[in-house]
Amino acid sequence: MAAPGAAGGGRSGAPAAEWGGFEDNMQGGGSAVIDMENMDDTSGSSFEDMGEMHQRMKEEEEEEAEGEAGAGEEEEDGEFLGMKGLRGQLGRQVADQVSAVPRSPPVPGFCLPARPLPAAFSPQMWQVGKRQASRAFSLYANIDILRPYFDVEPVQVRARLLESMIPVKMINFPQKIAGELYGPLMLVFTLVAILLHGMKTSDTIIREGTLMGTAIGTCFGYWLGVSSFMYFLAYLCNAQITMVQMLSLLGYGLFGHCITLFVTYNVHFHSLFYIFWLVVGGLSTLRMVAVLVSRTMGHTQRLILCGTLAALHMLFLLYLHFAYHKVVEGILDTLEGPNMPPFQRVARDIPVVSSAVLNTTAKAIALTL
Amino acid sequence: FVSVQFPGLADVSISQDIPVEGEITVPVGSHSPDEDYSTLDESVKDTIMRDLKAVGKKFVHVMYPRKSSALLRDWDLWGPLVLCVSLALMLQGGSADSKDDGGPQFAEVFVIIWFGAVVITLNSKLLGGTISFFQSLCVLGYCVMPLTVAMLVCRLVLLAGAGTVSFIIRLIVVGAMFAWSTLASTAFLADSQPPNRKALVVYPIFLFYFVISWMILTFTPQ
Repeated sequence: MAAPGAAGGGRSGAPAAEWGGFEDNMQGGGSAVIDMENMDDTSGSSFEDMGEMHQRMKEEEEEEAEGEAGAGEEEEDGEFLGMKGLRGQLGRQVADQVSAVPRSPPVPGFCLPARPLPAAFSPQMWQVGKRQASRAFSLYANIDILRPYFDVEPVQVRARLLESMIPVKMINFPQKIAGELYGPLMLVFTLVAILLHGMKTSDTIIREGTLMGTAIGTCFGYWLGVSSFMYFLAYLCNAQITMVQMLSLLGYGLFGHCITLFVTYNVHFHSLFYIFWLVVGGLSTLRMVAVLVSRTMGHTQRLILCGTLAALHMLFLLYLHFAYHKVVEGILDTLEGPNMPPFQRVARDIPVVSSAVLNTTAKAIALTL
Repeated sequence: FVSVQFPGLADVSISQDIPVEGEITVPVGSHSPDEDYSTLDESVKDTIMRDLKAVGKKFVHVMYPRKSSALLRDWDLWGPLVLCVSLALMLQGGSADSKDDGGPQFAEVFVIIWFGAVVITLNSKLLGGTISFFQSLCVLGYCVMPLTVAMLVCRLVLLAGAGTVSFIIRLIVVGAMFAWSTLASTAFLADSQPPNRKALVVYPIFLFYFVISWMILTFTPQ
């Protein structure tokens, strides 16, 4: 971007008197060019283009020089799928039919004949609609849609994992979010595995379901549900973020959760958990909040979005810890044997503060023996 | 017309009458139609023994993981089914509360293994792998065999007692079998990936076998 930058600098330098307003707002010293590098480049539109390109290639393979069709009626299948983009494709498909008609084997010396007028209208439209529907089905049943979101290298994944714990400082400029799904998906599965471990060691008894089902439901429900909710809020608050980016951001935010739970499910100290909750959970929340703030305008909107996200993220970590937390007195009892002084067993539904106090007291007593 | 645009090709004469002919065969062990018809006439014992031999050969491949394409070429899902069912049966009855019946445990293990394998297969395909869906399922299923052996050993050890020593023995056995499973499946699956992305494919496999081996390790019979 050196040449446009230089041109922009030269351009803004000369009429400095009239365009003086630019100088105040520029960041890189007089460049009037908006640096598009930091805007997201994996937004949904490129996905739709990719899907369309794929479909075009497939349709070019299987196309025969078929009949004509004008721009015609809507097809019921288009409504069933319910997407405007599909109808746009229908129109383009119909136009392709028209342009594809004279695609006979090239005979040199002939120019292509003019587009013939449609003779029979509705059978062609039905053919086109049927083909469109089957193509739409194969498009959505094709996992190749997801391929661009899994196009990562291991070093990139590692870099993004570490970045997810570092809050950014520059919130005046929209921060780039990588729209990939491999890292978040693997983090969610890791969280499921850690949660399973926590549930098993805390002897959680699930009556109406299975341990595995609960763990998977909790983690995936959080990831998908909170992402959708935050995307909806972002739409209301006019933030510049797409669904895939939101999924990716929240997914990488679960890295802090994984670390915290991995440590605190094995080392059972409440105070340690609180420290981890504040530090690790706080760092990943700050990072997500900073990225969101950089993409939102207006104080009220920023407050709504970031407050909601911070609250949900931190409360989820709290919930994961305490819902499946082993009663610590049970461990102490089995470890120390009959030498334990009699102390009061604490049931699980006592407020956590008093149980934390009791835990530390009991441990202190045990250690002095 | 052509010679005006590409003067260098003036002496190349392309007749439009020569048909393009040749043979495109995929070098996979496909049977000719004659063989297919003849297998209808053989005795049932021959058919069963042939399938059993194929399954047994694959088990041997898992035990000594070498890079061979036999496991991939003729995939079958008999072995994974048998392993999955036996593992799920052995893991039954390990719930903490004796009032629970063994139902959810069996279904849990079954669903974990098959859905886990499907997810890993989809992941490796999305990362650019060249292996097909059922081939990958076949490999992942067969590589559960060391963990089934570990489950058997754990049950036997638990018959003797459930103290710290038995826990350490079980931990070592399950750990070793877990490493064996992961290495065996990696030997088959990682070759089909682009070389710089092997780690991305290996991690879900690691997680998958980790969950299964953790289920085996934390099993306590009633």
